[in-house]
Amino acid sequence: MGEFFRVLTDNGQLFVDGFTNTVKLFLIAAVGSLVLGTLLGAMRVSPVPALRAFGATYVNLVRNTPLTLVFAFLVFAVPKLDVNIDYDDSAAVALTVYTSAFVCEVIRSGVNTVAAGQAEAARALGMTFGQVLTLIVLPQALRAMVPPMMSVFIAMLKNTTIAAGFSVLEAGAIPAYMAERGEPQFAVLLWITIGFLILILPLVALQRILERKWRVAR
Amino acid sequence: MRIKRVAAVAMMASLALSAAACGKEGEPTPSAGGSASGGAQSDTCKSSGATFTPKTDAAVAGSPAFEKIKAAGKVSIGVKFDQPNLGYKDAQGKRCGFDIEIAQYVASTLGIDPAKIEYKEIASANRETAIKGGEVDYYVGTYSITDKRKNDISFAGPYFVAGQDLLVRKDETSITGKDTIKGKKVCSATGSTPIQKVRDEGLTEPNNIVEFKTYSECVSQLLDKKVDAVTTDDAILKGYAAQSPTELKVVGQPFSTEKYGIGLPKDDKALRDYINNQIEASFSNGTWQKIYDGTLGLSGSAGTPPTLERY
Repeated sequence: MGEFFRVLTDNGQLFVDGFTNTVKLFLIAAVGSLVLGTLLGAMRVSPVPALRAFGATYVNLVRNTPLTLVFAFLVFAVPKLDVNIDYDDSAAVALTVYTSAFVCEVIRSGVNTVAAGQAEAARALGMTFGQVLTLIVLPQALRAMVPPMMSVFIAMLKNTTIAAGFSVLEAGAIPAYMAERGEPQFAVLLWITIGFLILILPLVALQRILERKWRVAR
Repeated sequence: MRIKRVAAVAMMASLALSAAACGKEGEPTPSAGGSASGGAQSDTCKSSGATFTPKTDAAVAGSPAFEKIKAAGKVSIGVKFDQPNLGYKDAQGKRCGFDIEIAQYVASTLGIDPAKIEYKEIASANRETAIKGGEVDYYVGTYSITDKRKNDISFAGPYFVAGQDLLVRKDETSITGKDTIKGKKVCSATGSTPIQKVRDEGLTEPNNIVEFKTYSECVSQLLDKKVDAVTTDDAILKGYAAQSPTELKVVGQPFSTEKYGIGLPKDDKALRDYINNQIEASFSNGTWQKIYDGTLGLSGSAGTPPTLERY
């Protein structure tokens, strides 16, 4: 047991650095994919066929590409075009591009839970597309989106570990360092798991708060 | 009608594209190195040209490991497979490199034809276990001799003395040693001892440290000018330099010492002494030099045999 705690205290700085970078990467990619995903989601439910086609193409292309390949494309293929992106930025872009496709689908499914009659009634009252979306459809759709959206973000938090293979010193890179320092892998991996559990707790709490806030009697 | 129009648009688009491609071709290419994709040109294995004829009268008195090899008529050797010109397996499954040929040479002195060798790819972390468990008869693959490892296994050698060094682009002039990499991007395998040394000694700033899972990814980034140097043992770096001798070079100012030995079962002193004698013979009769010159020596860096350390 003493050995278990020693692993953490002896290498505290590495754990702090690693998880700080994980949180940074997560926050940037979370904001980015929420914005991009919402835009894509709006495209997929919009009345304009060209936008719908673009949204559908994006989702089907990106969602079916392994995340590692998205990373590899940005880090190994893009420099061949003489475009230089920093490794941290590449990681944030890769996560954003990838997670957006999932956010988009959550938004679309949320919107689809609202009965078509609601939108028809709003249009009958003379509301524009924007008004229908913001005043009638989204407030009802948000409720249905919360649980799947949180699953998407929890998955994304764990997906950040892929960045370790592409020169971002985050939590996923800690095991490699510790193996080289001769630390017991079992304890190392257990500490990393505990670290992720601690990071996920606020997300779970947020989900609960939002669900309670938007709850209605049906 | 509609189909015709679509076809016309498509034709125009393809014309525009091909015109653009022509324009691009006419431009001067920005750099020769930019287009090279990390050693695809020399992926096929070539031997150094040294030949190993199995000794017909090989005998090691009092060695259980040797008796086992002799009875089986074959030998299983633990090797690396992803280090060009060192321990490498090409797309056709052929093996080559400095470590591989040292392994073949040792096998021939034990009376085993190199064609009868059974290669086993053992990751660094599992080497001691594989030797102790008898999964391999011996191991040759950038295996540093350390006192800690001597508790579990024995080492013959060293057959090569490596040291942490820097691999740079051929036209690099500002990097001449470990104290000249401040402000330069330096790449190595994630968490490896060389990169931890760079980090701990502050040889460059933390945000200039670049880490990938494999050295070949680092080399690809070096060729694409996204990093300025790759650091690890010079033996590994020379292997990559030998792969692209017109684009890469090893700085040649090692700042650590790693003695590579042949990993053997512990306490088989008879076999250890025998292999040490054979390694010593290869130093003096030119076999070692021939193997080196035909593999790592292709990098342009000269190499000399080390001094044996018997125990």
